[in-house]
Amino acid sequence: MTSLRVRPGPFLHKHMSTPGMMFDVLVAVAPVFAAAVWYFGTSALLVVAAATLGCVAAERAWGKSKASWKDGSAALTGVLLGLTLPPGLPLWMAFLGGLIAIGLGKIVWGGLGQNLFNPALVGRATLQAAFPTAMTTWTPQGAGMAPKAGNLAAPFMQATTDGVSAATPLAQWKFEHAQTPFMDLLTGNTAGSLGETSAGLLLLAAAWLIFRRTIDWRIPTAIAVGVALPTGILYAIDPAAYPPPHLMLGAGGLLFGAVFMATDPVTSPLAPKGAWIFGLGIGGLVALIRIFGGLPEGVMYAILLMNAASPLIERVTQPRAFGYGKAGKP
Amino acid sequence: MSTLDTFRHGVHPHGHKEATKGLPTRRMPFVPRYVLPLNQHIGAPAKAVVKAGDKVIRGQLIAEPVGFVSSAIHAPVTGTVVAVAPRRHPDGKLVPAIEIETDPYADQALPRREPLDWRAMSPDEFVRSVQQAGIVGLGGAAFPSHVKYSIPEGKKATRLVLNGSECEPYLTCDHRTMLEHPDKVLRGAEILGQHLGVTETVVGIEKNKPDAVDALRAAAATGKWGGNIDVHPVEVKYPQGAEKLLIQALFQLEVPTGQLPLDLEMVVNNVGTSAAIADWFDHGIPLVERVVTVSGPGVARPANLIVPLGTPVIDVFEQCGGLLPEAEGVVMGGPMMGQPLGDLNVPVMKGTSGLLAFTKSELDRPTEHACVRCGRCLDACPYFLNPSRLARLARAERWAEMTDWHVMDCMECGACTFTCPSGIPIVQLIRVGKSVARQQRSKGK
Repeated sequence: MTSLRVRPGPFLHKHMSTPGMMFDVLVAVAPVFAAAVWYFGTSALLVVAAATLGCVAAERAWGKSKASWKDGSAALTGVLLGLTLPPGLPLWMAFLGGLIAIGLGKIVWGGLGQNLFNPALVGRATLQAAFPTAMTTWTPQGAGMAPKAGNLAAPFMQATTDGVSAATPLAQWKFEHAQTPFMDLLTGNTAGSLGETSAGLLLLAAAWLIFRRTIDWRIPTAIAVGVALPTGILYAIDPAAYPPPHLMLGAGGLLFGAVFMATDPVTSPLAPKGAWIFGLGIGGLVALIRIFGGLPEGVMYAILLMNAASPLIERVTQPRAFGYGKAGKP
Repeated sequence: MSTLDTFRHGVHPHGHKEATKGLPTRRMPFVPRYVLPLNQHIGAPAKAVVKAGDKVIRGQLIAEPVGFVSSAIHAPVTGTVVAVAPRRHPDGKLVPAIEIETDPYADQALPRREPLDWRAMSPDEFVRSVQQAGIVGLGGAAFPSHVKYSIPEGKKATRLVLNGSECEPYLTCDHRTMLEHPDKVLRGAEILGQHLGVTETVVGIEKNKPDAVDALRAAAATGKWGGNIDVHPVEVKYPQGAEKLLIQALFQLEVPTGQLPLDLEMVVNNVGTSAAIADWFDHGIPLVERVVTVSGPGVARPANLIVPLGTPVIDVFEQCGGLLPEAEGVVMGGPMMGQPLGDLNVPVMKGTSGLLAFTKSELDRPTEHACVRCGRCLDACPYFLNPSRLARLARAERWAEMTDWHVMDCMECGACTFTCPSGIPIVQLIRVGKSVARQQRSKGK
């Protein structure tokens, strides 16, 4: 030993890294993705790939450092964005969504960890505003493995419709007052965005991520409570006019959003109390938009709105520092 | 989750104590040369009362305290003072120090003295006696103990807490002291308890040392050391040994910021310090040596050694079979809060609880990624601060704001850096912020 290496301690570190946490999320999302392929065929693969490609391309082109795309965060955003898109979406739109998600949702804020809004949802919101028809055209399940005709629309062209389209459980309830069987919600045998259909798999993913302590259990729990409470009360008052709570919880993007989107640590409050407020706020807004709004779905807007409130929540829910309580009280 | 027997938050690093916890303490042989920096701890450095050429005998006073927060230093060896001159301190600075060359023909016996009649001492005399013995906190911070034992007007102590948590990984010196000298530890507590006028003595020991709990319980059960002794196992969690957190674990009481355990009528004392108190009052032995855990993956034969103060670190490692070829660095103290050494000729100090030889895997910093606000540092911080925000403010050099976020309450335990999945040097950044805040405060005065 010629010279001693000197650096300030501590010299012990926990074996858990940020890329490792992102890998955890990818593990959790894998079955959801597999189910999407099972139900919607190669379309699922193509749409998710296009969105991921868009995200990674944006990170490579505009990211702070040449290597920042390698940390996996852009790819993760892409996979999550892809899973919130309809199966028949033209691939160029999915790619554009990815570019916007990372470019406008993350890079302009200063890169990883700096953004106010969930990047994947920024991408999706833009697509929703720009291509309302394509973003709400749902293809039925089990139509074979071949890509949907809509996927292959040339860039800047609208999708040609397959002629077959289906309604999501929430739309069925809102516009036809028809109820989807509970088992279908659980297994995912319904129309909808790629990753949102199977409540069972999403609950499994939540359990894994909570077990790994990758996400804060309080946020999905608070969202569920925030949705179930008002809808439960309304349903109890008039079951004919209002949707049953289990439909509100199990259908649409609620679980996907609660497990994978709202729990994004960058855009949610850190303190436990803040997590409750954040989750309850999202749940309440979802109930409000779904029941009284013109849209059948409201999870995306609810999360984005609460993202905006997150810094304020953070400020008012700082835990009390040790020694600043009443004298001698724990 | 139970909040009993522990504080809230904290982390669980691997203990790494297996290598040394079963090793009885051995005496380190005398070496040719000793160096005693005059500033062994926070407070005023001691003033040398010997000069080059003076003969000194082991246990003789060689530097006297200057002011109240200052402690005496004694010759660890019989020999000749060769210099009172600047020498390298473990922190890297050159500081005034006394260098002693060992007399190879001396018997190195400590002069036997009569027990001190501490019961007849006034509180002031007792405090001054501890100061003259050079006894400081042996847990690591080396804060002069007599300062803790002087009770200001209007305050009182009702509880004496002995700190045997030893939460720093690798270290087992307190563990061995409790196991090998339970009576001495409790004797020190008896003496301190009488002086302070406490009604209860509580020993807090982490649950990973059940044999130490048993040893102290057995010693307490003899009734020799007074009646009211409670040996209380606490949860294994870092930094359980911080005194305010030990108080929270034992009594569910929170010492307010800026105040001391004494404000809750308590005095907290390390178990090794308690044994040193017993040695001083029963045998007149001042603090001339201490138990040091030598461990880490880079040393050939880990050990618990009784090392005379001032022994060069390199000689301590030689005694343990030397450093292995893969050793790349050495830390004085524990792996979480210890001091990295740039030079192995620096001496063992009063506060040296451990000497750890580390290899590449400990010394390499984890790869740094962007902070994703995962919040793990907030869940780790025992003081309920916001470490990620403090680190961010430090990087932006927004020092004033750091004070608003209670940076001065940080005890620098390093739990945040330990737990950060992004490998951000959080506590290191916070230290910078604290030193800037201190500078600005002293400028403002």
